[in-house]
Amino acid sequence: MSFTKNLIHGTNFDADSLNALQKVTLRAVVMSFLFFGLVAIEGVIMRMVKTGPVNPLPKMFSHPDHFFSIMTAHPIVGIFGSTYQLVFAAFMFLVPYLTKKPLYSVKLANAVWILITLGTALAWFAAFLWHYAPLYTLYWPLPADTKQFETIGGIVFVVGVALIMIGTLGFIYNIYATIFQRVGVHANKTTKELLISGFGIDGMLNLINKLRGKEPYTKEPALSLPVVAIFRGTVDTFLDAIVILGAGVLILVYLIADISGVKLDVHTIDALLYKNYFWWGLDLVADGLVLIYVAGSWYLLATIISGQKLFMENVARAALMLELLVSWMVWSHHLLSDQPQPEMMKLVSGEMVTAFELLTQGLALFITLVTLWKGRPLKMSMELKYLLGGLIGFGLAVPAGIIQADMGMNRVLHNTSWISFAHFHIALIVGLYMTLYSALYVLWPLVTNNTKIYSKKLSNTHFWMYLIGGLGMGSVLGYAGLEGALRRHLYVHGEFEPYMILGAIFGAMIFIAWAIFLYNIIMSIGLKGLVGIFTPAKDKSASYGIED
Amino acid sequence: MTFATSLELLKFHSVAYTIYALIIISTVAWFGYNLTRKEKVKSIVRIPFYGYMAFLVAGGVGHHIFTYNAIPWVSEDITRHNVKPDQEVNITVANHKWQLPPLPIKIKAGTKVFFNVESNDLIYGFGIFRKDGSMVTQMQVDPKYKNDLLWTFHECGTFDITSTEYSGPAQYNEKGDDLMFVKDAIVVEGCKGGDK
Repeated sequence: MSFTKNLIHGTNFDADSLNALQKVTLRAVVMSFLFFGLVAIEGVIMRMVKTGPVNPLPKMFSHPDHFFSIMTAHPIVGIFGSTYQLVFAAFMFLVPYLTKKPLYSVKLANAVWILITLGTALAWFAAFLWHYAPLYTLYWPLPADTKQFETIGGIVFVVGVALIMIGTLGFIYNIYATIFQRVGVHANKTTKELLISGFGIDGMLNLINKLRGKEPYTKEPALSLPVVAIFRGTVDTFLDAIVILGAGVLILVYLIADISGVKLDVHTIDALLYKNYFWWGLDLVADGLVLIYVAGSWYLLATIISGQKLFMENVARAALMLELLVSWMVWSHHLLSDQPQPEMMKLVSGEMVTAFELLTQGLALFITLVTLWKGRPLKMSMELKYLLGGLIGFGLAVPAGIIQADMGMNRVLHNTSWISFAHFHIALIVGLYMTLYSALYVLWPLVTNNTKIYSKKLSNTHFWMYLIGGLGMGSVLGYAGLEGALRRHLYVHGEFEPYMILGAIFGAMIFIAWAIFLYNIIMSIGLKGLVGIFTPAKDKSASYGIED
Repeated sequence: MTFATSLELLKFHSVAYTIYALIIISTVAWFGYNLTRKEKVKSIVRIPFYGYMAFLVAGGVGHHIFTYNAIPWVSEDITRHNVKPDQEVNITVANHKWQLPPLPIKIKAGTKVFFNVESNDLIYGFGIFRKDGSMVTQMQVDPKYKNDLLWTFHECGTFDITSTEYSGPAQYNEKGDDLMFVKDAIVVEGCKGGDK
């Protein structure tokens, strides 16, 4: 097939053959990858600026107003515009597929991706047009500092984030409404049975009964393990959305008062208390839903790739419950350098409970590896490659975080680029995204009705460039942090130059990898197919695979 | 094993984590290779599940026990309210400007110094840096709170300070210079014996 034919028509993709569930899934996936491109460009700009004298970009990018507005938009676009959309898309397809029930509402699923896209765009414009730059941490009273930022920028930013959170609540409602629908295989299940299974209590009871030499509580749990992980992770997604919305309302009150000519005293709000509240919520993303969703995804991918039953399934179910509880009690590791924070909270929440994440994530890693091992010999498919990449990502990033969550280490690592690169950029770029790419390759034939991927060579190029770029950027800038480089700081005079140059090169590799991936996907579905994804589906079915 | 300065700790950490990272990457690569081999390979080691769990618990808890014993500022920090310092340095900050005592702040090596930093507006950070840019120590500075950092210098030299927390673009001028950076703010003298 010629280049032009592929570009327009793809390989064998037919958008008209997709049902409503497939189309809404792909719409969110498309938006997610477009936002990924934006976030990669932002990342490369920031990396270039920090190379200092050799920075090839125009001077305006090094201006503090411009630089920090990019740094503010970057995580909003990356976490919500891209990651949330991709995860939500996968789960809104997987829950109906795995439970053999239709999605509760396709209309709501459409509203979710539209709201998140709109909200992300608004937050981005607030940073781009008005240079609103309190960073994603929104440390009080910075977001309400109208001496540094234009009030209108703040209002648009908060409205944008609020739309994202409303979209998130829509996703949560859709997921739970689908799980609790009493149709199909769940027609005779009670809400209590579904709740017990959703929280993994059945797995725990099975373990207890086994220890007592009794029959298992249930041989066939009502919900499969990946659905349990989605159920559990979505609890944290909900709590996080409420906390962020709450912070947004507070900021909005101050900004609207300012625009109305009323000066409210920002010190009425206790900055440390606010920090605790906000980190409690924000940490439910980093140490809650991400880890739980990832564990569930690993279990699903390992069973599909190996064709084996999950190793130690009851333990995995019970561990997911533990992970949920742990995620509610670890926020204080973000406040180990805050001297007024009570020492006991630092010790218990910041150090001891946080260390449990090594156990829960280590357990997920172990179960996944053993499940794969049982299925050998396996073909080194794209999905297996990406899954192994994801395991490496978390294998590196989780201990890097645990090391920092220590009162001794935190004194010299807090707010350095160690935490932002060796820990969470590796967790996100390598750990999470490689897991998601693996899921994408597994779900691709189901969501696109067996569309052939244009080029395996390009898939492999993407894999290696992305892996080397992600690990390379994470490690060199992690080492820069050990040399004293701060994470939320502007360096334009060649400070830490060798690290910054290498960081920019590796960062550019991630961007190029994304461009290759996008090209491969467009050549697979064609521009006509891309447009077709956004046209109404002829087949209104909100399920997949039930007839099988 | 104890680390007298943060530089020693960071060097140790750098080597230890590099070794760990190489082990993890090569283990997963080796694992992936063996997953695809036609002939079923025998496991070199059988890792018992409970042994692995015990290893993780020991790693998580042992890390904190190790740092508590090897890093002197951990126990000092926890018990700092019961410590009578040899010297107190009082600093206030507002509008991205420090109000510092007369510079340079002279400190005798091996003595216990309390840095009391108070912010009147935003959240800042208070960080002390060596001339090569590496960090000696730091803390967050929460507005309207007493932010006190107890530190014992075991290294002599001249040190710079800056804010380690982002507090808005007003920390920089248009060229990107850090306006909160204070060169040669602290001088530590009188090293002897175990001090460097």
